[in-house]
Parts: sequence; C-alpha cells; structure tokens
Amino acid sequence: MRIPPNITQNIARSLLFLATAAAVGILIFVIGFVLAGGLRHVSWSFLTGPIIDMGRSGGIFPAIIGTGLMILVAIGIAAPLGVASAIYLAEYTSVGRLTNAIRFGINCLSAVPSIIFGLFGFLLFVVMLGFGWSILSGGLSLAAMILPTIILTSEEALRSVPLQYRNVAASLGASRWQVVTKAVLPYAMPGILTGVILSIGRSMGETAVVIFTAGSAVQMPRSVFDSARTMAVHFYILAREGLSSDMAYATAAVLICAILVINISAYAMMHRLMRGRRTA
Amino acid sequence: MTTPLNRKIEIKDLSVRFGDAEALRGVTLDIAANEILSIIGPANSGKSTLLMAINRMIGRVPNVSVTGIIKLGGRDVNDFRDVEELRRKIGMVYAMPIPLPMSIRDNILFGPRLVKRLGKTASDELVEQTLRAAYLWDEVKDRLSTSAVKLSGGQQQRLCIARTLAVGPEVIMFDEPCSGLDPISTAKVEEAMKELKANHTLILVTNNTKQAARVGDRTAFLLMGKLIEVDRTERIFTAPRDKKTEEYVTGKFG
Repeated sequence: MRIPPNITQNIARSLLFLATAAAVGILIFVIGFVLAGGLRHVSWSFLTGPIIDMGRSGGIFPAIIGTGLMILVAIGIAAPLGVASAIYLAEYTSVGRLTNAIRFGINCLSAVPSIIFGLFGFLLFVVMLGFGWSILSGGLSLAAMILPTIILTSEEALRSVPLQYRNVAASLGASRWQVVTKAVLPYAMPGILTGVILSIGRSMGETAVVIFTAGSAVQMPRSVFDSARTMAVHFYILAREGLSSDMAYATAAVLICAILVINISAYAMMHRLMRGRRTA
Repeated sequence: MTTPLNRKIEIKDLSVRFGDAEALRGVTLDIAANEILSIIGPANSGKSTLLMAINRMIGRVPNVSVTGIIKLGGRDVNDFRDVEELRRKIGMVYAMPIPLPMSIRDNILFGPRLVKRLGKTASDELVEQTLRAAYLWDEVKDRLSTSAVKLSGGQQQRLCIARTLAVGPEVIMFDEPCSGLDPISTAKVEEAMKELKANHTLILVTNNTKQAARVGDRTAFLLMGKLIEVDRTERIFTAPRDKKTEEYVTGKFG
C-alpha cells in the first residue's frame, strides 16, 4: 500500500524539525551549561587581574592579552596571504591539472589535525628559526593552520561572483586587476570575511598548536617574543591539572562570550559595509 | 559584394577554433564607419564568436586559437599593447542586461572611472548625456542613486547601452540586445541604435531577422562558421545571391 503524499510530507517535516531541534538543543545545552557554571565566577577583577597561584585564584588578563595578540599575528599573516592566493587561483589561473593539484593539496591541508601544525610550528619557528616559545611562534603556527581554510573559502566566494560581472568590467576597459578589485572583490567580500571569522573562532579555541609553540607562561607578555598562554590553553591546564574547576568554567565562559562578540561585530561590520556599497 | 569606402573594421580570413571545434572559418568582412551591420544566422553559426574576436574578449577563453587579421581603423587589434584601450574603442552590449549591483549613476561612471578621476559636474554631464542617448534619461533622472538592479529588463538594457557609451567607443557591438525584451523596449533600443549611427559604427548580432531588416544598413549571413553573404539589407531580404540565405530569411530553416 502506498502512503498518501500528504502523510509522507508531514512525516518528513516532523523528522526534519526533530533533527534541527536536536542539533540546536545540544548546542544550547552545551553553551548554557558552560555559561551557567562559569559566568557567576566572572567579575571585573577576574577579567583584569593577573593569574595567581597557577590559576587557582586571580584573573585571566594575561591569557586574554595572549589570545588577542596571537590571533592578531595569525590573522594578520594568514588573511592577506590566503586572500591573495585565492585571488590568484580564482582569477589568474585557468582550471588545469596543476591548479587542481594545488587545490587538492590545500583541501588535504585543511583536514590535517591541528596537533600536526603544532609539531610543525615547534620544529620550524620555535627550534629552527629560534623564535622560542613565543606569541610570534604561536601566531605563525596558527596562521599555517587556518591558511588552507581562508584560501578555500575565499576562492569559493570569488567563484560565486557571476562571470558576467567580469565580462562587463573587461568590456568597459578594465584591466585584469581592475576587474578583480572593482567587479569581483566587493561582491566576494561577505564570503571572504565569513572564512576569516570562522578562522578567528578556530584559532581562539585551539590548544594543541599553541601549547607546542607559545608555551604556557602565566606572566603578562611584554612583546610578541614572550611566551604566553591563550584562554583555551589556560582552561585546558586548569581542568587537566585539577587546579580549579570554577576558574576553568569561568575562563570557558569568557572564551565563548568573546567568540560571540567577535562574530556579532564582524557580521554587523560586514552588513554596514555591504549596504554602503549598494547605495553609494 | 559592395565594398564600403570608409572602412572602420577590416576582417581578413578570420578563423577561430575552440579546442577541436571550429567556430569561424575564413571570414572576410569589412564594416564601414557609421553604418549598422546586422549579423544574422542560426545558433552556433559563429556570430558571437566574431564579436568576441573583434574586441579580443576571446583571449579570455582557454584553448582558443585565432588566425587571420582584424583591423580597427587600419590598426591590427593585436597591435594594441593594452587590450583595455581596444575595448574602450569597441563597446559591447550583451544579450542579457547585466547591471552591476550598484547605483544607476555608478554603473555609468564605472568605465570612465577606470581611467580617470571625474569631477562632480563632468560626471553629471556624462550621466545625463549618455542616458539621453540611450533613451532612458526621462525614466530615471529622479532616481540616479537607486540600485540599477531595480530597473525593469528593458531599462536595464538601455542602461547597459548608456554605460557602454560613457567609455566613448567608436564601435558598439550588440549581441542579441533585445532577446529578452518586450516589443516596446525593443523599439526604444532600436531607436537609440539608429541615433547612435551618426557618431558610431554599430554591429548588431540578432536572431530576429525582422530586427536585422528594420535596423541594419547592411546584413551579413553566417552559417556554420562561414560568411555566406553580406550585402545591403534590402537586397539580402529581397534578392539574396545565395540559396541558403534566401531559405534562412524566409524562415525555411534556422
């Protein structure tokens, strides 16, 4: 017997709804659990105070600064490099065996476990180049980790810009570079920024890469050549060494909120940017 | 074959291959200054390829090989060191109107701004002058800063003509410019073309033989990449030399 279409339709919709509800529910539960356990220990002095007694008391200010600096180094290097590579791949090369091989390689790199990048960063930046355990080494290693993602998402964004925009611009006398900067890049920007924002989030939550390359100093870093711990590393050490679960939760809560704030402000900025472009 | 006296474009023995596929085979054709040349022919006859070869957009296609000579005003198009300079001299209007997602005004100023800074007055003048020439000014003069994407299809196509004019081309090529337009919009575009003839050379690729008959001074018939015949338009439509031309214009095939 055939099930009538309106019944299969209802079953399908219910199943899809349940899947979505389960996915969102798990997310809300995890975030809510951490925030509930952590936020009550978050205070102004926690945000701005030094790490005391290995993190059993005091605050996490050095870890916040360490996180911020490392992200700045990582994005400052990976974003320009990644976007430039994506532009080259999407706009200056034709699809061929070589570029497909390059693309395949980048795809593989983006799937490499982060601890491999930690080991790579340790060997190259910490040991060979002599940067030691430092924010610089950590940032560079993070950059290496997020570079494939930035290239792939940026190239995807560039390719989604209609081919006709390029033809129109070229037929109006735009050089290849002008085609890219005036007819392609502005419309690929939201996609590119999404990749960059995702990468910031990934970097903030990363521990394996950073422990290997930036160390876990508790002092306030004075320059990018100093060792520092990120919030994620701080949380990891607090939880693993059983130093203080309250402080661990509080750190996690701050980390989640920070990622949330960065995402919201980045998207708001992007929105304003795009609106300005459309009516200008 | 009538040979135009004042030749704007000379095409000699032009052949184009895309990989293994032959798109044009030994096309020889002159286009006179200030004429409208219609190019007709069934699908895949090489009409659009011919246009792409003239403004060298064909160079953007991978695996293409072009042989033969194309001259613009006596100068080989391959001798233009900057292909951009060539494309400013040869404007192009595509089949589907493609407004860039920006304001009407910015669409028109897109081309000129690529080469120089324009003051407010110069910009305003250029916008008005080109929109008037494209028969669009009266419809959009009060909303130049709204998005071009919001215009109707016919208005968008006329905007594309104005945008092409803003670059100051000597030749304008239309690739089936009215294929997506209603009859009224089509009439406006055709009217604009007839006006533009005074200062430009026009090439009109069209699938609509009636349009070729209405607009073209001369008409060329392409079939399977070969130029079958080119002559004064009324001759092509009343007494063509070639049997295939006659069959095509009378609607027996294509």
